[in-house]
Amino acid sequence: MSKTNGWLNSNTFHHAEFRDLQRLVDEKERLGLTISLCIPTLNEEATIGKEVVVFRSELQQRYPLLDEIAVIDSGSSDRTLEIAAAFGADTYLASEILPHLEPKRGKGENLWKAIYQLRGDIIVYIDADIKNIHPRFVYGLVAPLVYRPEVKYVKAFYDRPLAAGGGVRPTGGGRVTEILIRPLFSLFFPELSLIIQPLSGEYAVRREVLEAIPFPIGYGVETSHLLDVYTRWGLEAFAQTDLDQRVHFNQPTLSLGRMSFAIMQTFLSRAESLGVVGGLPELNRVLRQFQAREDEYEAVEFAFTEDERPPMIEVAEYRTKRSTSNG
Amino acid sequence: MDERFARILARVPAYASEMRRLEDILLTNLVMVAEIPSPTFGERRRVEWVLDRLSQYRLERCSTDEGGNALGILPGRTGERNILLVAHLDTPVDDNLDHTVMLQPGSVSGVGLADNSLGVAALVTLPLALNALGVELESNLILMGSTRALGRGDLAGTRFFLNNTDLQIDSGLCLEGVRLGRLSYASIGMLRGIISYRLPDEYDWTRFGAGGAIVSMNDIITRILEIPLPRRPRTAIVFSSIEGGGPGSKVPTHAELQIEVRSDSGDIVEDLHRRISNIAHEVASLAGAEAEFEVIARRRPGGLEFSHPLPERARDILTALELPPRISPSTAELSAFVDRGIPAIRLGLTSSEDLDEAHERLDIEPIAVGMAQVVGLLEAIDQGCCDHE
Repeated sequence: MSKTNGWLNSNTFHHAEFRDLQRLVDEKERLGLTISLCIPTLNEEATIGKEVVVFRSELQQRYPLLDEIAVIDSGSSDRTLEIAAAFGADTYLASEILPHLEPKRGKGENLWKAIYQLRGDIIVYIDADIKNIHPRFVYGLVAPLVYRPEVKYVKAFYDRPLAAGGGVRPTGGGRVTEILIRPLFSLFFPELSLIIQPLSGEYAVRREVLEAIPFPIGYGVETSHLLDVYTRWGLEAFAQTDLDQRVHFNQPTLSLGRMSFAIMQTFLSRAESLGVVGGLPELNRVLRQFQAREDEYEAVEFAFTEDERPPMIEVAEYRTKRSTSNG
Repeated sequence: MDERFARILARVPAYASEMRRLEDILLTNLVMVAEIPSPTFGERRRVEWVLDRLSQYRLERCSTDEGGNALGILPGRTGERNILLVAHLDTPVDDNLDHTVMLQPGSVSGVGLADNSLGVAALVTLPLALNALGVELESNLILMGSTRALGRGDLAGTRFFLNNTDLQIDSGLCLEGVRLGRLSYASIGMLRGIISYRLPDEYDWTRFGAGGAIVSMNDIITRILEIPLPRRPRTAIVFSSIEGGGPGSKVPTHAELQIEVRSDSGDIVEDLHRRISNIAHEVASLAGAEAEFEVIARRRPGGLEFSHPLPERARDILTALELPPRISPSTAELSAFVDRGIPAIRLGLTSSEDLDEAHERLDIEPIAVGMAQVVGLLEAIDQGCCDHE
């Protein structure tokens, strides 16, 4: 059996394999693990209430899998935080965590600050825009970490291939995955192309990994994670879980273009520092797109520099907090 | 008043407080089931969800019957009685509508919540509610998510179960999302049908009065409205929907009218059926067209008397919960029980500010009271307080 098929077979799961929640909770307690859920938000009042209620009732009240449910917000102008708090989540403004640091705005910033704020040995990140929310989004990602000590990082995917080799139907990576990420990974990091949905916003990770890797604050965060975890711990550190269907709001193509631009910056920067590509010129940081206005095409320019936070373990306050809480 | 029932009445208000502790679980069940589209004849995914839930809550014999219903049994201590609790699984909304549920402090909104996702959520949460309240029934409690209740479904799921089960069903409770305080224990006579009007392909458009299917359907409606209706027994004709024609300037050759006849008298329903059918055929024959009146659902009038102990106890429980009972006849699930002479009642679970089909908004706070009402009435039935002397 090839290494790739071996990894696919042993490290690819379906959420239904973990539906015995009592067994999962028993194992978690036997290992003495704590698990935190982080939901990063920006103006998510339409979906945040039900996410909090579903996870709280199923994964705290019925089965005590989660030790905390936290919403970390980028500064919503709607009622996101108020609604999340009303249904029992711990709520934080990202700017109020490590407030002496220069504020940065982006999903990656919220994920990074969760490492400081939350106490779990495992942190599971779930986007707030899921329309068909279900407890499987959490337990499907957490379970491989509970049952398999060598697994460190579990990604979600949402469309199940009929087989892990040939004869599969096309699987549902998003447009950016299939047009950008998968070709790039195939060229430079072929093993990472085994990750079915590398950009999915749902993943569960051990703290020892999260605190050791840098965090781009924008769209590049997932790509950066995959490259950093892969180069440091290898493919065996990853697992992926099929969570069946995920319904969310589709983004327009122009937004995906901007997302791709940011991801490319992260990818090239990592690839160069790893010595995988060399001799890159200084990269232009302005993306030009076009929109039609009556009979004219109008150029719209976006300047993107994918900013990055250092590994949390390098932040003195974090080391102090952890040594205090561990001591 | 019966001493046993007096004790139930005394503790029902406390049930409402206790039920608030289960609010998150009930809302979770509501969100999960309401986001599964479930048009009539397309309830399979909801059936699977209900069975999954009932199994998790450790009910016995969780299974589907040949009618497609989802069933589970909570065995009673003696099992001398069988109480059937029903919530229909189908909703009157297209499966291609956005089924996202929005939860806000105090309210929940989405499609199909009132009819009948909340009823289903309450049904599957009930075993936890009984457990939390420490209520152990003597009777077997059969929980059923029924299929094909609405429209052309014509209560097929519940009828199938009642016609084929080998259990003797002693009483029935039907759960509906709204409205809390409304009690239905009698079914009115009803006939629901579709009048189809079609011009033949070889139609002669030069003939006198040729105006197309929509004009002729208008004639049919005008003639139906001319039928004198009695004030007693109460009788009404409801025009539910109309469809016809197509894009462009082509004269329409086809039109459909959905119509519902309701009356306290079964004879009047049948008489109106005959008259409407005659009108459709007469108008069609004048224009050289074809008409058909297809009956898609029927209900026989009947049910319990106002003074029957079951509705009487239900009214007492609502009063104990400080809710004024509102009595209304039903054409829903209850009719299937009426047809078989089984005492049954329909209960609503909460109030609503907005029942627009595309965006229903239900109040969360009263749901605990609605659940308390269900548990109280179950106890009353279980302890024989609702038996006819």
